[in-house]
Amino acid sequence: MAQVSGAVQQAPEVVGGPPGRPPRGVMRALRDAGALLIRQREATVLVVDVLLIIYFGFISTTGRTAFFTKLNLITLTQLAAPIIILALGEVMLLICGEIDLSVGFIYQLSPFVMYFLITDYHVPGLLAILIALLVGPVIGWFNGFLTVTLGLPSFIATLGTGFVINGIVLTTSGAQQQSVPPEVQGIGQWIGQFAWAEITFAVILTAIFHVLLTRTRWGLHTIASGGNQLGASEAGVSVARIKYGNFMLSGFLGAFVGLQIAFQISIIDPTSGGYQPMFYAVAAAVIGGTAMLGGSGTIIGAFLGGILLAVLTNGFSVIGISAYPLPIIFGGTILLAMIANVQLTRLRDRGRT
Amino acid sequence: MTAQAPAGQPAAEDAAGDVLRTEHIGKRFGAVTALRNVNLRLARGEILGLIGDNGAGKSTLLKILCGFQPPDTGRILLNGQEVTLKSVDHARSLGIDVVYQDLALINQLSVYHNMFLNREQVRGPLLNNRAMRKLAREHLDEMGVNIPSVDVPVAKLSGGQRQAIAVARSVYTDAKILLLDEPLAAMGAKEAAMILDLVRDLKERGDVSVIIIAHNYGQVLEVCDRVNLLQHGEITLDKYARDTSVQELTNLVVAEYREALKQRHRTA
Repeated sequence: MAQVSGAVQQAPEVVGGPPGRPPRGVMRALRDAGALLIRQREATVLVVDVLLIIYFGFISTTGRTAFFTKLNLITLTQLAAPIIILALGEVMLLICGEIDLSVGFIYQLSPFVMYFLITDYHVPGLLAILIALLVGPVIGWFNGFLTVTLGLPSFIATLGTGFVINGIVLTTSGAQQQSVPPEVQGIGQWIGQFAWAEITFAVILTAIFHVLLTRTRWGLHTIASGGNQLGASEAGVSVARIKYGNFMLSGFLGAFVGLQIAFQISIIDPTSGGYQPMFYAVAAAVIGGTAMLGGSGTIIGAFLGGILLAVLTNGFSVIGISAYPLPIIFGGTILLAMIANVQLTRLRDRGRT
Repeated sequence: MTAQAPAGQPAAEDAAGDVLRTEHIGKRFGAVTALRNVNLRLARGEILGLIGDNGAGKSTLLKILCGFQPPDTGRILLNGQEVTLKSVDHARSLGIDVVYQDLALINQLSVYHNMFLNREQVRGPLLNNRAMRKLAREHLDEMGVNIPSVDVPVAKLSGGQRQAIAVARSVYTDAKILLLDEPLAAMGAKEAAMILDLVRDLKERGDVSVIIIAHNYGQVLEVCDRVNLLQHGEITLDKYARDTSVQELTNLVVAEYREALKQRHRTA
């Protein structure tokens, strides 16, 4: 939706089949499906998701036996959940015209905060978890300060904070792995260790953020801030507050995912997190239909985008593609999904609403 | 009080009926004098056209009237009371609202969300979209703004429709004095007619007074009660629309241009 005003011109032909002749049965179903695909931004990604799952689960010979096993589905959701949860924050930020590249390092930092609080400062487990979670919004606030108050582009500002946090983690931990302290292992099961814990949180958070974006003043003002910053402030929307808040939300999600992963693998790893999960999250958001230029985006799309990336990663390893060419196929599929999305968006903008 | 003598009659009428009055407004930017001595009045329910060539000081005056910047000298009277406009928000809280041509709306948001931006109807923590949709529809209908649906993002609407929504929004938020900045610029004839109709309807409501800043003298005369011509930071003409003509206004502006040209030749 980057070319908002450019795409308003009307196309002479009606998308989705010739008008006049009433199509029947299958034709009609196809046309309705086509119309839905064009109307709903998220539908394209959903279709790609379904096609990929059908391919890996039913068509490929190796996948047919392995893809739908319980074990693999757990692995799949554990891949998808962190991408999805981080993507929720990125969607909010991208919509209001910013990005958070540091979120993967907040993810890296938060379990160490919890760990040191418990082992060095003897803070009770639950409190340590809460403080570790709070670290996210605090760093998010700092990102907001750099971006909104000092006027740095968020791309650079959060790149900088990311490196700094990475350095802090490596220095304080001595780049040593730690195991999750016994004080928090009980609650940790609920946060990240039970098989379906992560995807459950991902679904719940997706629902919450979907409501936040589409049904609250916060969401509306986020769209307004990214769509037309001047117009939004003219109407009295506090663009600064919106951006600060969304950086803090993104930071919170980063800290939460960090704890989830630590509990899931029972290890606090100074090399986990970083840029990769962040880029997956941004990719999920954009594949799902969020504009990198701000002003529009969908939470459901980001969820489906996260599923897409996870299915790809997991599916190719299940059907046993060798590791070296895998990135080629992975990258190619992302590009194809994106092309389908962008082209359909064009059609949609030309068609009626 | 009349330090200047505009070339018309209606300058000083009964001050009591004026919703807005400026006295001796001056504004300098470094060596440049943007406004010299502006004495402007706007009667209740009146539509005033403020015209003038580029650089005459129209936008500076607009920025002062909407609270965006303070004047260096002079004072502003609102309903006879002297006011200091501290900010755009402050001016808006006093009922003075400016509608810029393309700045006001958020393209990605629906018509009704734009209408209610930052004044949303809520039910608990959630937006009450149903109520906003209904109120927006009613209000736009009442104002005679013709929009196919209040659900479409405003990006899909024409320039005229967007302008109309921006005006409707200001009126809805209890603006008593509307400043329209070039409302007809870059607009087709049909679109312009729609905005002019809207302004006429505003006039019939009686409680809204309007200042239209414009280039197109013909359209201004068509809808305005009175016209002020701003030249070199001063109001040089103040006439009822029925007492002047496009020809007269054009002549004045062209004469000024010739004069400036002559002076430049002399100094060169």
